[in-house]
Amino acid sequence: MTAHVWRNLARLTVLLIVSAFVLAPLWATVMGGFKTNAEIRTAAFSVPEAWNLEFYSGIVTDPAFWRYMGNSLLISSAAVVLTLIVGSAAAYVFAQVKFFGSEFIFSYLLLGLMFPFATAILPLFIKVRDIGLLDTYWAVILPQTAFGLSLAILLFRTFFQQLPKELFEAAYIDGCGYVRFFLRFTLPLSTPILATVGVFVFVQSWNNFLLPLVVLNSRDVFTWPLGMMQYRGEYVTQWNQTLAFVTLSLVPAVVFFLAAQKYIVAGLTGGAVKG
Amino acid sequence: MTETTMPAPDRRPGFAERMRAAASSGRLSAALILLPPALILFTLFVILPLGESGWYAFYDWNGYGTPEDFVGLRNFEQMFGHSVFSVAVGNTVKILVISLLVQMPLALLLALLVYKQTPSNAVFRLIFFVPYIMAEVAAGLIWSFVFDGNYGVTASIATTLGIDRFFVLADRDLAFYAIMVVIVWKYFGFHMMIYIAALQGVPDDQIEAAQIEGASRTQIVRHVQIPHIAPAIAVSAFFAIIGALQVFDIIIPLTNGGPSNQTHTIVTYLYEFGLTRLRIGYGSAVGVVLFVAAVLTAVFYQRIFMKRGAS
Repeated sequence: MTAHVWRNLARLTVLLIVSAFVLAPLWATVMGGFKTNAEIRTAAFSVPEAWNLEFYSGIVTDPAFWRYMGNSLLISSAAVVLTLIVGSAAAYVFAQVKFFGSEFIFSYLLLGLMFPFATAILPLFIKVRDIGLLDTYWAVILPQTAFGLSLAILLFRTFFQQLPKELFEAAYIDGCGYVRFFLRFTLPLSTPILATVGVFVFVQSWNNFLLPLVVLNSRDVFTWPLGMMQYRGEYVTQWNQTLAFVTLSLVPAVVFFLAAQKYIVAGLTGGAVKG
Repeated sequence: MTETTMPAPDRRPGFAERMRAAASSGRLSAALILLPPALILFTLFVILPLGESGWYAFYDWNGYGTPEDFVGLRNFEQMFGHSVFSVAVGNTVKILVISLLVQMPLALLLALLVYKQTPSNAVFRLIFFVPYIMAEVAAGLIWSFVFDGNYGVTASIATTLGIDRFFVLADRDLAFYAIMVVIVWKYFGFHMMIYIAALQGVPDDQIEAAQIEGASRTQIVRHVQIPHIAPAIAVSAFFAIIGALQVFDIIIPLTNGGPSNQTHTIVTYLYEFGLTRLRIGYGSAVGVVLFVAAVLTAVFYQRIFMKRGAS
């Protein structure tokens, strides 16, 4: 009995220590946005003596902040839409149409799973520049989509293969072709996997830093991670400004995560357990 | 459906016949409509740049015009002789070691503590997963605030304790340890989630049977739960290796590779010495090395994983 109590106590202690390790920097960040610089320097973890709203309101009323957020939203949404359309169409061929050589093409499209994005970033920069896309939204959207396709196609194909074949045979006899069948039946039946892939592409694109850093130069098209770094550079000695910026930038991510939690965990564990 | 595409039964169909069969069933036209967008995008923005990396790596080229100054293996010689590149590789290995020896065991311990479905466990799981959902840059900025000895959290701690200010990120020896703390903070929750999913799949009756036979909690963990989730551990190790190879976003806000180039990773090295100095050929050579490392990882992983699957 006592051993049981001790074990629970030890367990709780470990969990609380790790929670403190995780939350302390976040707490200091959120609180820092309300503090004067002098207060940040002397009491980083305390509740602010006076709740200064000026730094947060300064960010909220700064058009640049909203532009960065808007740019990110636009780029990420476009990458999601494009990945879902292009990826599901290709995966449908590999799952339900199949023709001589389709397995080979499938393997080719999976090559993207084998290496990190950064391996080809310099030639990618050259390519994007030569096409004339540098400093445009497309410079991020297209490579992002292309690199996301491998995983998307793999997940889509697995899902499509589990759909009942009888359905297609019945539709085929009724004169429904492959493309029509894909649009009319396969896609509507696949909302769970579309959501999972969509969430993953969105999160990845929303947080991406290297690609936008390399292909975007002007602040008009900056995504929020670039804007945040830019902002930090301008306010080197004033943490309260930067901390308010960081905190507000994290709000959409947290809200999105809570809303999409089911799909994030499903994708994470589904992909992981299959391996 | 198969009847319409069935060839004459007495011999194997030739290539032309198979294509004709595919065409007559509408499969070919469907493929011709549905496949090209993916193929074009993937080829243009993934495969071609990758191939070009292998081409540019043999040239001294600043990215303008076409590469003409062929230098053979000189980019590679220079890279392997460059002390900062060795530091970058060493740091990447350090991240890998810390991931495998600190992060994964920590994640496993926590997964064992919170895998059961209770409300309080759900809260802890959410807390531990928070760093993973935020962008690396945001995490880096938050921790650069923590480690800022002039204005940040460590300044505040020094004031409170009445000690001299300390500058973790400006210290050649300490800076990379600080970065490793941030990496563990950022990613342990991800590995924990993988283990939790696997632990929830361990059949209850196996655990109960072990309990009835008088096995202790530790024995159950060692002989029932861990063997059962071995595939998940292998997957998490794979993610750890691939992740270690690409660390970039976290370093930039924390140290930008400094002080005196001591905190570079392979990717920050590629960015700093390839792109910001516009040495596209040299940077591409770094990319080639990174590619080889990633492919070797994938191949080794498959080998080990396949073997385990066979035995």
